[in-house]
This record gives sequence, C-alpha cells and structure tokens, in this order.
Amino acid sequence: MIHVRSLTFAYPNNPPVFRDFNWQVERGEAWAVLGPSGCGKTTLLYLLAGLVFPSSGCVQVDGQPLTRPRPQSGLILQEYGLLPWATVRQNAELGLRIRTFYGPDGKHAPEDFQPTVTVDPWLVRLGIDWLADKYPGQISGGQRQRTAIARTLAVKPDLLLMDEPFSSLDAPTREGLQTLTLELAAEQGLTLIIVTHAIEEAAIMGRRILLLGTPPNTEPTIIDNPGAGQPDYRETVGYLEMCRNLRSRLEAL
Amino acid sequence: MSRRAILLAALVLLVLWQVASMLVNKAILPSPLKVAQVFITELNDGLVTHFLASLWRVLASMGLAILFAAPAGLILGQSKSLDNVFSPMIYLLYPVPKVVLVPVVLLFLGIGDLPKITIIFLILFFQILVLVRDQAAALRPELLQSVCSLGAGRRALFRFVYLPASLPAVLTALRQSIGTSIAVLYVAELFATQKGLGYYIYLNGSTLLNYPAMYAGVVAMSLLGLGLYFGVDWLERRLTPWQMAT
Repeated sequence: MIHVRSLTFAYPNNPPVFRDFNWQVERGEAWAVLGPSGCGKTTLLYLLAGLVFPSSGCVQVDGQPLTRPRPQSGLILQEYGLLPWATVRQNAELGLRIRTFYGPDGKHAPEDFQPTVTVDPWLVRLGIDWLADKYPGQISGGQRQRTAIARTLAVKPDLLLMDEPFSSLDAPTREGLQTLTLELAAEQGLTLIIVTHAIEEAAIMGRRILLLGTPPNTEPTIIDNPGAGQPDYRETVGYLEMCRNLRSRLEAL
Repeated sequence: MSRRAILLAALVLLVLWQVASMLVNKAILPSPLKVAQVFITELNDGLVTHFLASLWRVLASMGLAILFAAPAGLILGQSKSLDNVFSPMIYLLYPVPKVVLVPVVLLFLGIGDLPKITIIFLILFFQILVLVRDQAAALRPELLQSVCSLGAGRRALFRFVYLPASLPAVLTALRQSIGTSIAVLYVAELFATQKGLGYYIYLNGSTLLNYPAMYAGVVAMSLLGLGLYFGVDWLERRLTPWQMAT
C-alpha cells in the first residue's frame, strides 16, 4: 500500500533526516515506528500524510505519489488536534463537513463521497455520545483523543496515521485507548502506523516495528512482533521479551 | 458579572454623585435627580436625535473596521512573508494617537459623517488588525495540520479554522476600543456638525451654559458606551460560547 522509495528529506539548513531511505507497508498491517526524540519518526509520519514532501525520492500510496494530504488517510496527533471552539459532536463532524464543503472532487474528498454529517454511531462506539455538547476544554485528555479518533474514522479512512497519540495520558486511559485502537483498526480493516517513543506502546501496537535512530536514517531496521494485537498480549512473556529486545536494539542504534 | 452587582455599583456611583453635588453646591455640578429630570425632558427635545447620530457613527465605524481589518489580520496572520512586509508599517502606525488626526481628516474629508466615521474607523482598524493577526498567527501548527489532514485546503481552513478563531480577537478588540472610540467621537463631533452627543454636550456646556442638559448629554454618551459594551458582551456569549464554558 505504501512505498517509500529512495527518500531523502532535510529541513532547511539542517542535515538530512532520511537519506536514500526505502520502506514498504502492506495493506492492513499494523506498524509502530519507534525511536528517540529527534530521530525523524514524526517527520516520516508527516511525509506519509502528505503534509511535508521529500527533497528527493518519493512516497507512494496505492501507487500514487503523494502531492497533498490524501482524503482516505486519517491523521491523529498527540494533542491540539481538536478545534477548541467546536463541541465534541462538531469536532467529530469536521472531516465530513470539510468534504461536504468541497463536494466529491477526488482531491479534498473521495469521488464517491456522499454528503453526510452523521457521526452518532461513532460517538457511541467511542463512548463519548454523552459528551457530544461539551467543548474540548471541558473533557479529559482521553476523551479528547476518543473525539479525534471518532472524527478520523467518520471519514472512513483506509490508512490511520497516529503521532504519539496517547503519550500525555495516564496509564489506564492509555492502555484502554491502545486496545480500542487495535480493535477499531481490525474492525475497519485499516492500515495502522503509530509513531511512538515508548517501547511498551510499540510492542503492544505494532505487529511490525520500524526502528529509527540518529539521523540520517538510511536503512530501515524492522522487527516482527506477531503477538501484537492478540488478547492479553500485555501479560505474556513474549511481550516482556519484545520490550527487552526493543530496548537493547534501540541502545545499539 | 451579575446584574445585581452592576446595579449596586450604579447605585453607589449615583450616591457619590449626589454627595459630591451637595458638597460642591454649584450649578456646574447638579444633582443626579435634577439631571434625570432634564434627561427625560431633553429626550423629547432632540437628545434622541443626537444619540442616534452618534450611535450611527460608532456602529458604522465598527462595521467598516471589522469588514476591512478582520480579513487583513487573517491574511497577515496566515502569511509570514506578507506580515514581514506590513508589520513594520503597523508597528509605526499603531501607537500614533489617531485623535490628533481629527483636523487632518476633517480637512481632507470635509463636513458630514464621513470624517467622523473615518477617525473612529482608524482606531478600531488597527486594534482589530493587530489582535486578529496575532490570533491567526498563534494557531498551533498541529491544529492546522490535523485539519489539513482531513482534506482542508486554504478555503476550508479559512472557513473552519481561521474565521472562528478570529472571532474572540475581533470582540476583544471592540471591547478594548469602545472607550477610546466614544472619546474620539466626542472630539470629532465638536467640529463641523450640528448633530451628535459631542456637539450637544459642548453646546450646552460651553455656549448655553445649561449644565443639567450638558450632564444629560454626558449620561447619554455614557449610556451609549455602556450599551455598546453590553452589546459586545452579548455577542461574545452568543458567538463564542466555548470561552464561557471553559
């Protein structure tokens, strides 16, 4: 589904974050991108989202090089992604409203988009229907992320990109949302790419894990983690071993 | 702020005024009761017309200022390169007290409402421009990126992000400028007009020496300012409910 080919990217007046980097993601896979601060993992996500563009090489999704954000890709950020002046319901409707605003032009909205702003089933599924009329400032961090997930899933994406979405949440809320995200990704048949600096999160969320190190990243370091996504994986020895393995691999990078 | 607290404050101010007028005991400071009587009489004798003339000038200035300054502020807030060009000019012009331009504006625009509206417009324009620009520029890139990722281009960003984000800045600018606008309105209405509360106050205070009527004009001008202030408050509750809720 995603092909990163000979990607080189550098911010102006800075050394490259990626140099001649190649990577591939198949449809329906759940990936975690793990690395320390400054390794380029958020940059990689923004490249996949079509929000920044390679200096050379290309990022292809479904065979098409990205030249702008793709209507079928959903992006969820750590925080600040919700409109503070809109209620939970209005925030959840935002993607649909934007698509209705442009109409099915194939650029901002898929060509088969049917104008609608119905998000109630998503509010119910995410357990935030009772908060529909609250503003983001009135709800907890976990509830805000549930709203962001509802907003993203309401536009029926096939690719879900998440940038440290749960890092500011307390442990029980974080674990609950990790499980919910995996369930939803499986239900909707989504390709999931989550960027994180937390080893435990990468081990839980990523069936495949891409390790990034000190830039420039040239070769992808990939670790398979087949247990991720299975019930109670968090309680297994395999999970603990994976965490240990990831820690030692990160330290070696 | 509760209505009860406002009423109580008004009562205290009236009592202080009454005490001051008794202590001074001169025609130049009549009691509030006397002014109230004259105020009611004057309402039927042209005060309403003066009030409406002033109200029109302020409202027209506000409307024009919002119409021109809010989009300009949004554009400068969105575009770093344009802001780099215009910021030095705004930096130099913003602190210039616009009231000193009254004679110049009168010379250029002559008599009638236009110069008076223009001078208040200038004050409001810069206030709204600067606040809206700063508000638009302060929008977190994460917010813009997440909305862009939902398919928003420039037009949708404007409609769904910049426009609602600028509303509080416009209302704050209006609230901050009401006092100055009314003060400048007074100065502007001293020249080349026979309508408006500024003219009415000056005529009664300096020419007719009818002090109760002059105070009735002062009260009317204060009510104009208060009414606008309450109006902005009401708009804020209606248009930016999230600010009240959080």
